[in-house]
Amino acid sequence: MSIRHGMLALLSVGPRYGYQLKQEFEASTGATWPLNIGQVYTTLSRMERDGLVEPGGADDQGRSVYTITEAGREDLERWFSTPVGQSDRPRDELVIKLAMAVAAQDTDVAHVILTQRTATMRALQELTRAKRAHTGGLAQRLVLDSTIFKAEAEQRWLDHCEAVLKEKKA
Amino acid sequence: MTVVSLQDVARVHEGVHALKGVNLDVSPGELVAVMGPSGSGKSTLLNLAGGLDRPTSGRVVIEGHDLAEVRDLAALRRRSVGYVFQDLNLIPALTAAENVMLPRELDGVRARQAREEALAVLAEVALDHIADRFPQELSGGQRQRVAIARALVGERRLLLADEPTGALDTATGDEILQLLRGRCDAGAAVLLVTHEPRYAGWADKVVFLRDGEIADSTEVPLESAR
Ligand SMILES: Nc1ncnc2c1ncn2[C@@H]1O[C@H](COP(=O)(O)OP(=O)(O)OP(=O)(O)O)[C@@H](O)[C@H]1O
Ligand SMILES: [Mg+2]
Repeated sequence: MSIRHGMLALLSVGPRYGYQLKQEFEASTGATWPLNIGQVYTTLSRMERDGLVEPGGADDQGRSVYTITEAGREDLERWFSTPVGQSDRPRDELVIKLAMAVAAQDTDVAHVILTQRTATMRALQELTRAKRAHTGGLAQRLVLDSTIFKAEAEQRWLDHCEAVLKEKKA
Repeated sequence: MTVVSLQDVARVHEGVHALKGVNLDVSPGELVAVMGPSGSGKSTLLNLAGGLDRPTSGRVVIEGHDLAEVRDLAALRRRSVGYVFQDLNLIPALTAAENVMLPRELDGVRARQAREEALAVLAEVALDHIADRFPQELSGGQRQRVAIARALVGERRLLLADEPTGALDTATGDEILQLLRGRCDAGAAVLLVTHEPRYAGWADKVVFLRDGEIADSTEVPLESAR
């Protein structure tokens, strides 16, 4: 994804200036994706060039305020109606590490799994504490839930690896 | 003082070494999750911790009482321990409220007071409106919560839960954990068996059982434990 769709989503609510977009973006995504203000302004000027937003007036401190255009709304609509592909995700270091541990043959793979599982469980405990203490908005909460589900999936996959390895050995 | 302490505990079931040399303490306010594959000894551990079963060797101490020396084990269990069993064990001929009242009535509490307590704890699990329904008139999730209410009634200091989230959806499962966590934060000790990492994440400590032994555990520094 590009930051541009995030900006468009926020602008679909109403006109915003750059710093406001940065803050709202980070609040919604639970700061999993921090933006610098330069990125925000570069993105806004590209979107202006492409006709997706237009600068309106300025607020009382002289910052220009952006408004979404009709073309911008269409672009956003298209983004929301397109599913994210499985291959659009970055490589997972753990998966590669475990594959290499198996390939390296004289590595104690079970130990690699055990070490990872304990570490992932600690992370999951940490995330759950954050969730229990969470007081922010709904978007942020769902982002937090997503990290919990991902950690859980990793844990399940590790259990699966252990079971398969045990089976192969027996 | 620990609420329950397992000291070098082993259990052999007809030649099967279900548990071997397990050491585990659960303190007041502590939630410990036990994870492990099927057959690794989780239920065995829970039954020993609650005095439902006796170890082949080693000691189990509940609130300072060595179970090997306790005469009236049933009374100690009723007073101190609340259980949520893997297969719920609700009595079909009793309503939700009557199921929850039962352990208190066995404690010698009068029916009227037992009912008041049952209704209060059913309200805690958001089920006061179905108090007079029978188990077969409840959804799976509601039955699960009734079983939990039964374990919570009467200020038990030790709660043992064997897969209490069963087949619940994740949001309802989270509510159950919220509830157990709340009791924990009020001072109870909770031992939770689960194969779902997301629920184990609520624990202060997670132990991994493999073939009857503790293979590893997440040690959390005390100050950040809760
Ligand atoms: N009453 C019994 N008699 C004989 N063997 C038993 C008895 N109870 C348990 N076992 C055996 O002890 C081992 C541990 O069983 P336990 O029920 O503790 O496993 P578990 O980890 O709870 O598994 P699950 O996840 O399937 O509930 C298993 O090999 C089981 O067959
Ligand atoms: Mg079991």
